[in-house]
Amino acid sequence: MSFSNSGNTGGETVIPSSDSPSLNGVTAAIDFDEPQKSYSLLPKQNSEVPGELLEVAMGPHHPSTHGVFRMDVVLDGERIVKLKPVFGYLHRNHEKIAEGTSYLGSIPYTDRLDYLCSMSNNWGYALTVEKLSGFQVPERAEYIRVIMAELTRLVNHICLVGFLMQDMGAMGTPLMYAFREREKILDLFEAASGARMMCNYLRFGGVRCDLPKGWLDEARKVVENFPRFLDEFEALLSGNEILIARAQGVGVLGKELAVNAGITGPMLRACGVNYDIRKVDKYGIYDRFDFRVPLGEHGDVFDRYMVRVLEMRESLKILKAALRDIPEGLIVDAKAKSRGLRPKVGEAYGRIEGPKGELGFYLISDGSANPYRYRVRPPSLINLTILEDMCLGLTIADAVIILGSVDIVLGEVDR
Amino acid sequence: MIDEGLQNEMKKQGVFTTSLQDLYNWGRKSSVWPLQFGLACCAIEMIAASMARFDISRFGAEVFRPSPRQADLMIVAGTVTKKMLPQVVRLYNQMPEPKYVIAMGACAISGGPFKEGYNVLKGVDRYLPVDVHIPGCPPRPEALLHALMTLQKKIETDALTGEKRPRHLQADAPSEFPIPEFGEHDLVPSKNEQLWKPAPVVRNE
Repeated sequence: MSFSNSGNTGGETVIPSSDSPSLNGVTAAIDFDEPQKSYSLLPKQNSEVPGELLEVAMGPHHPSTHGVFRMDVVLDGERIVKLKPVFGYLHRNHEKIAEGTSYLGSIPYTDRLDYLCSMSNNWGYALTVEKLSGFQVPERAEYIRVIMAELTRLVNHICLVGFLMQDMGAMGTPLMYAFREREKILDLFEAASGARMMCNYLRFGGVRCDLPKGWLDEARKVVENFPRFLDEFEALLSGNEILIARAQGVGVLGKELAVNAGITGPMLRACGVNYDIRKVDKYGIYDRFDFRVPLGEHGDVFDRYMVRVLEMRESLKILKAALRDIPEGLIVDAKAKSRGLRPKVGEAYGRIEGPKGELGFYLISDGSANPYRYRVRPPSLINLTILEDMCLGLTIADAVIILGSVDIVLGEVDR
Repeated sequence: MIDEGLQNEMKKQGVFTTSLQDLYNWGRKSSVWPLQFGLACCAIEMIAASMARFDISRFGAEVFRPSPRQADLMIVAGTVTKKMLPQVVRLYNQMPEPKYVIAMGACAISGGPFKEGYNVLKGVDRYLPVDVHIPGCPPRPEALLHALMTLQKKIETDALTGEKRPRHLQADAPSEFPIPEFGEHDLVPSKNEQLWKPAPVVRNE
């Protein structure tokens, strides 16, 4: 599959007319002064009454913004006329710090990018450094990486569904169920890496330490029991009247806009675009596993929910196969070097299918012990750019669940 | 105060005695309502602490309030950046007395792994009176529970009268703190002088 590189123009499909005001020569994609022209959903505005629009700042402290994120919303009644995402409240200088530390020293910082799925962040970074310096990864380590990444996907997706339901008003129960399962997987992470959340487990050319005795049996147990939980979860949620009423037809994202804006991950697949980097790039050993890519049809919040639930089922398939086939052997390639690594002059871009989308790392090496340039392509941030296009014309309660369905983690958005 | 031996003797007879201070503090420590306020990674562990396995409600602190007006405890869970700090202090000012602060995690204590960053505050205790610090990156939910128990012990010993009474019982003690603003280079002021003083530099000649 290939995409034309037509640039990140965001609201390309909704340019009202050619005479829209231009800012520094760039044509504004959306003309906010005349919202009723471009969006028929909006009620007719009585322009003679002054002060009709209300500007609300949602956040940075708001229970539903999933962290420190602000939405500046302009409301006409309860309808959203304009929405401006404001971020930067968690800008922790990740890239700048990484340019001052060694290659190895950045791995713990990648844990803290998207703090729900540290293992797959590790993988994205390790993959890039391996590309840069040409390290091989032994068979067993590849299997361990796949197992960890898919477990991470389970953790991320169940937490997301839990938080999404919390946003819809199901206080407690779905999130409690989700965290109950999450704890079981975190126990596995802790047994393997020593930490619950910030695993710091992968190394260049392998993983840091071998799995402890009996770990695989424990993991098999968790994977075997997980479908039962998913069935229960789905029985409670997928046919739920409130969920359907709140989610179907809300926050629709068109195919073209999604592709043009660079949306990746479950967000893109919910629009019906078949694009999964595990299938496209076949990084690691993903070509050995038999799994399908669930696709949505409408691109609304419900499809995004459903795609994630189905993805968890596919992840379980991969996990079952990986836990069955994992061989004995080395966990780190003997030629790989972690400490004092000085890659040759060059650049590399490595990407993985993170739970939230394409997580990419771009490294430029000037031959020294620190990267010359370290850049993260965060899926959350880029998926967030079309928030306004999905929210316009809807109510503020819808904006909350649309934001929830985008699945952002502010550590990654702001870095 | 009643003599402890007498109190025990009366307890054996089925008579329970207490003082107003103990009763008051017992009530307060058993229902600490935290502010539902997550900043970064530690917030996930804070949520995990309120879930089934760790169950913070055993300590009477499960009622996470989204509004600072209804909260007693601010858990600063995560990295405080210079952009976020004015909002953090404002939220603290909006909380009613008595109010407490737990600095959860390395970032809230000192900036943690991100200390060298240009946008990261090097410890929230420069602007807020922190009662309990929890080390860890992130601290486990058990550590948060321990911090809560430590805070409960502190509340337990608060005096109602006398010189040692806590801030909220002193009429002239401040309950609000100045909100810093972005200056030319850094936050202005760079610290709250009344609360935080840099450690004295000792030079060995």
